[in-house]
Amino acid sequence: MSEKTLDRRTLMISAGLTTMAGISAAASGKSAGWVERLLKRRFVELSDQRREEILAELEASCRHRYGRDDITVGDTRAMDGVEFAYGLDLSRCIGCRRCVYACVHENNQSRDPQIHWIRVLEMKKDNGIDFAESNVYYDPEEVPEPENFYLPVACQQCRNPACTKVCPVKATWQEPDGIVVIDSDWCLGCRCCMSACPYGARHFNWTEPTIAADEINPDTHVFGNRPRPKGVVEKCTFCIQRTRKGRYPACVEICPVGARKFGNLLDEKGEMRYLMREKRVFVLKEELNTRPRFYYFFAT
Amino acid sequence: MEKTTKPGRQGPDPETLLPGSSSLAVLLVVFTAVSFLVLFSIVRGGVGHVTESEGGRQAFGPADVTGVDFDHELLPGTEEAISGPDDGNFLVPPPPWSESGFFPCSECHSEMEVNPEHRVLEEMHDDIVLKHGPKDRWCLDCHNPDDRDVLRLVNGRLISFDESYLLCGQCHGTIFRDWRQGIHGRRQGYWNGGKSYLLCAHCHDPHAPAFHTLKPLPPPVRPQFLARAAQEEVQETPDE
Repeated sequence: MSEKTLDRRTLMISAGLTTMAGISAAASGKSAGWVERLLKRRFVELSDQRREEILAELEASCRHRYGRDDITVGDTRAMDGVEFAYGLDLSRCIGCRRCVYACVHENNQSRDPQIHWIRVLEMKKDNGIDFAESNVYYDPEEVPEPENFYLPVACQQCRNPACTKVCPVKATWQEPDGIVVIDSDWCLGCRCCMSACPYGARHFNWTEPTIAADEINPDTHVFGNRPRPKGVVEKCTFCIQRTRKGRYPACVEICPVGARKFGNLLDEKGEMRYLMREKRVFVLKEELNTRPRFYYFFAT
Repeated sequence: MEKTTKPGRQGPDPETLLPGSSSLAVLLVVFTAVSFLVLFSIVRGGVGHVTESEGGRQAFGPADVTGVDFDHELLPGTEEAISGPDDGNFLVPPPPWSESGFFPCSECHSEMEVNPEHRVLEEMHDDIVLKHGPKDRWCLDCHNPDDRDVLRLVNGRLISFDESYLLCGQCHGTIFRDWRQGIHGRRQGYWNGGKSYLLCAHCHDPHAPAFHTLKPLPPPVRPQFLARAAQEEVQETPDE
């Protein structure tokens, strides 16, 4: 029959492997997580102590890779009673791309080949929101141009994300505060999530990312801006290393026109709730039922 | 009656139908045209489609950008400040005085007589061009004639330059409300704690408040110029 049985051979191999892994983990005390990888245990399932050890290992390897002693890798957890949401005022955005580069600066994206988590789409006011006719390569002397408006797009941090569902190894998931994160140690690089995402928000490291050592942002989070290896997918995490400590994301602070808003959706007095009550708010590609936490609005 | 008098017009003339060789020629023409179109579209999609002057050929990073402070420091005190929900307990940096260092205004104006006449300023403040609201707007609508170091609201209340948002809010009520709630204007600091607000005048010149245009930072690299990604196994880990 087609009944699944555990044969003797498989049993012996897996038992042997488990024992070996256990012994070596106990003997060495630290192992950068390869034992867990062998045992198919993900980072989030580990004990606090084991996480600490793995973080220390990651930190050491990052420090070695860039020759800097100040790089830290944290795993700050989600705060209780917090669900992040983002607002972007389309009537203010002037398309200056300050946010794009502030993001690269903050989140240690590869400089060449270039990876940008935020892409600013230039669109004609006459045509409205039309992705097919939009242009990300615009480069006039000065922005805004009177006939155009600008629509920055990054990860929409969906409540019903298509990307996490297609991942064959659960390397990407939604955190309790709503941030969709990737464990780049666990990512296979199959890029299924990239094809599933309707917003083009995920980006692939086709080669070893290049960042000059003095340009590295040393304050990193294990699921966020820690330097990534070749062959993994990366994306916007609402600056997880900042926002979980209470800070605004880098793009919010750099925006010269204050078009970018960020806050806790569960805080009734917060700016996000005010915004959703008082302004004309919409999400991108609503018909796909991804239910983004990224709200576009018109303040005037 | 007329139609019936014309012979040979009742149906398609067998003489005008294409014989075999002509239809082949037509097919050939169509085929050539289609293949030219396909070829053309392939070429257009390639490197040659982008003219030399257009951006997106080079990968710029934050280090190539001058004049933008990506490592900006928070205002001193932001860490400790706790933003009040309603009473506006937040940090506002001092007003942006003009670089010539006019303030305090009373240094000159205390000894001058008030001239309420609408005129072109020539001796002083000639750099100020009023492009704000109705044509008959004049300095003393906002500046207090008797003590120039403060501003005056319509109701006669005198306010310092630090509170100039009250003055702007007299007309721009909805935007003032949004600003208080954190929806209008730039914030830095903590989404759940202390944050810095800017005065209206930090971003808008009160005399000509339309937001100025900016040079955009460089566009992303177009896929056809991602040369390094196209090469196989381009480089080593930057260990050394």
